[in-house]
Amino acid sequence: MDLTWIHPIWAVGLPVALAIPLGLWMTRVLDPPPEREGRGLDALATLVTRAIGRGHPTPMTWLEYGRAMLAFNLALFVITFAILWAQPRLPLNPDQKGSLAGLGYKDPAGVQHDGADTAVIFNTVCSFVTNTNLQHYSGEQHLSYFSQLGAVMWLQFVTPACGLAVMLAVIRGLRGQRDVGDFWRDMVRSVLFVMLPLALVTAFSLAATSVPMTFAGSAPATTLEGGSQAIARGPVAAFVAIKQLGTNGGGFFGPNSAHPFENPTPWSNLIEVVALTLVPMASVLMFGRMLRERRHARVLFGVMLTMLLIGAGIVIAAELRPNGAMIRPEIASGPNMEGKEVRFGPVATATWSAATSATSNGSVNGMLDSLNPMGGLVPMALMMINVDFSGVGSGFLNMLMFVIAAVFIAGLMVGRTPEYLGRKIEAKEVKLAMVAILIHPLVITCGTALFAATTWGSSTTANPGAHGFSEILYEFTSSAANNGSGFEGLSDNNPAWNIATGVVLLLGRFPSLLLPLAIAGSLAVKKPTPPSLGTLPTDNFTFGMTLMGVVLLVGALSFMPAVVMGPVADALGKGASPAAASAQPRVSQPLVQVLKDAH
Amino acid sequence: MTRDFKTALALCLATFLITAVAYPAVVWGGAQLLFPWRARGSLIERSDRTVVGSRLVAQSFKSPRYFHPRPSAVDYKADGAGGSNLASTNPQLAEMAAAQAAGEGGSADRPLPVDLASRSGSGLDPDLSVESALFQVDRVAAARGVRPEAIREAVMRRVDHSGWILGAPPRVNVLELNWSLDDHGIVRD
Repeated sequence: MDLTWIHPIWAVGLPVALAIPLGLWMTRVLDPPPEREGRGLDALATLVTRAIGRGHPTPMTWLEYGRAMLAFNLALFVITFAILWAQPRLPLNPDQKGSLAGLGYKDPAGVQHDGADTAVIFNTVCSFVTNTNLQHYSGEQHLSYFSQLGAVMWLQFVTPACGLAVMLAVIRGLRGQRDVGDFWRDMVRSVLFVMLPLALVTAFSLAATSVPMTFAGSAPATTLEGGSQAIARGPVAAFVAIKQLGTNGGGFFGPNSAHPFENPTPWSNLIEVVALTLVPMASVLMFGRMLRERRHARVLFGVMLTMLLIGAGIVIAAELRPNGAMIRPEIASGPNMEGKEVRFGPVATATWSAATSATSNGSVNGMLDSLNPMGGLVPMALMMINVDFSGVGSGFLNMLMFVIAAVFIAGLMVGRTPEYLGRKIEAKEVKLAMVAILIHPLVITCGTALFAATTWGSSTTANPGAHGFSEILYEFTSSAANNGSGFEGLSDNNPAWNIATGVVLLLGRFPSLLLPLAIAGSLAVKKPTPPSLGTLPTDNFTFGMTLMGVVLLVGALSFMPAVVMGPVADALGKGASPAAASAQPRVSQPLVQVLKDAH
Repeated sequence: MTRDFKTALALCLATFLITAVAYPAVVWGGAQLLFPWRARGSLIERSDRTVVGSRLVAQSFKSPRYFHPRPSAVDYKADGAGGSNLASTNPQLAEMAAAQAAGEGGSADRPLPVDLASRSGSGLDPDLSVESALFQVDRVAAARGVRPEAIREAVMRRVDHSGWILGAPPRVNVLELNWSLDDHGIVRD
């Protein structure tokens, strides 16, 4: 019996079901009432906060909270930079990996520069500190086990915890607390009580499905035909677990979860795809519980889930169709298998591709660059809207900005002062929210325009025409959305790409943590107004539709031209379908030509 | 501000010890204890303990005596994995597909199954679809001078249905199939 259609039901249904108890658990351990602080399990957190010299909780204003968060991130940046810089002199390096900067790069003229590009370290550190995990290197080729665990995996634990901490602070502000909490305590609780236990369970489950966990170097093999093969392995199970759970996405191996050691069976694939959306989903439910606005949270959850399902549906439909290049008499007609693994098949790979770009995870179990054009459009679009569950903590804050915009627009339409959760939304909050919303399209479109117009971008694409433009657009979108997936054909390891995306990564992360914090701080000091007949309810279907409308409208207005020049032109071009391939002249010819001329 | 930085460094140290030292140590210890063979990479060994390969990682097979795995964009380099990253609209991909079909003997009468025509995402896909394995039965049988039915049976015995309840396609592990054709057992602990 053909059951391939069943995978999306598992992949979406299971995390939704598990998010309900996890949301309750997160509320209990991350926001205990004052009388339970430091007691029971929370005594563990007190033990650690005492060890770091903050035994007594210090209530912080939003500004102090933001400052502590930035100080911590600066420390992360410096330490991981030092670890990656010193890689050849550090232990746990059985395969004798050299310096990460030793990779070198080819310049636009095609000249190889060996060991000249230290910008790759800058890019890698920006990428992991911002919870993005964009990788311009390849894990099994360029990182020692010490760097994998001590630099990369450590950040994969603490950066989602940092997002979660800021989310907690924002919720407390919305609750009317001027003191939004203690950043250090929130960090410790997030790591100890959420990330660590989930990672342990996931890592052992993955090890059971054959994901390796060893500190031995690569295994030399003599193949059946007598050839030799060096089989890279490592402490993969521990790494992949937190990679999936913390919306990180940076693979131990170059091809990420398409690699059979990261994802060896359909069961490991299910565990990983569940881990991918679980914490972002549970965070939304935690928000509802902490504010005692569970209906409102369910509306937000419903909006996100609807967009995810639509996205997944489109990719699945696109990938079940043949790859344009495979349409020829000597090849049997079938789904697009280029860049996909047989053990997952097209449906599971398509489902994952939507889930990984909705949440800002960015891990892949098949190559996105080789998706059919309409399939490749969806991950890009989900990252452009960047509110569909999205990153742990940070994703919810992105959605909150759109909620404020939606409340404001709805308020204008009916002529009332907009209110959110009993507090007036005024010019200041709307301005801050709009800045947070607009930074995203601004850095993406400006960056793409600059790189598409110069050899920085045009000389690095792997595919011709509109798809090459898509590769550039995807790279900037992924960086700004702190996602980290890529159309990996792009030769992105050179100084121009490393520096440009490094800066975009930082711009995609810190404003979208600090601006919501400022809004929460400003709302916290306002006098609550009890709901009246004139209050617009935010916990019903109408509000859900309004919110989705605002999200899609802002996304469409910001990105439509770029999307038309990339994936849409690609889909209309040669090879996408037999009809389009034989049609002469091709509809998209002028657009493709424009792009070629621009290059 | 100075106090913030001091705490930040202390928290870095604490979280480093918990998440980058203790956590991987626990997972490593547990995995080595519970799943020692899998934890080391599911390696298949000859009786003299030399490694043939990993059952999870494809290796190159060129001889007509063996089943061929899916084509690899990285020539089965297991310490530098990767896909082709070619777009469906790239003429290069169409050329590669045509060459692969010709190499494996695909024709309009007997078209090559699509997974055997396309490169996998990792370049190390250890599996073939059942159709792709059956496609190669006649060639392998002729090269080995045995009846095609015998080879066909060997393939069907090795079809892996695990994960069907999750919607996973049935598949055949190429290395294990070839290893069994050479009449070896599979060494595991």
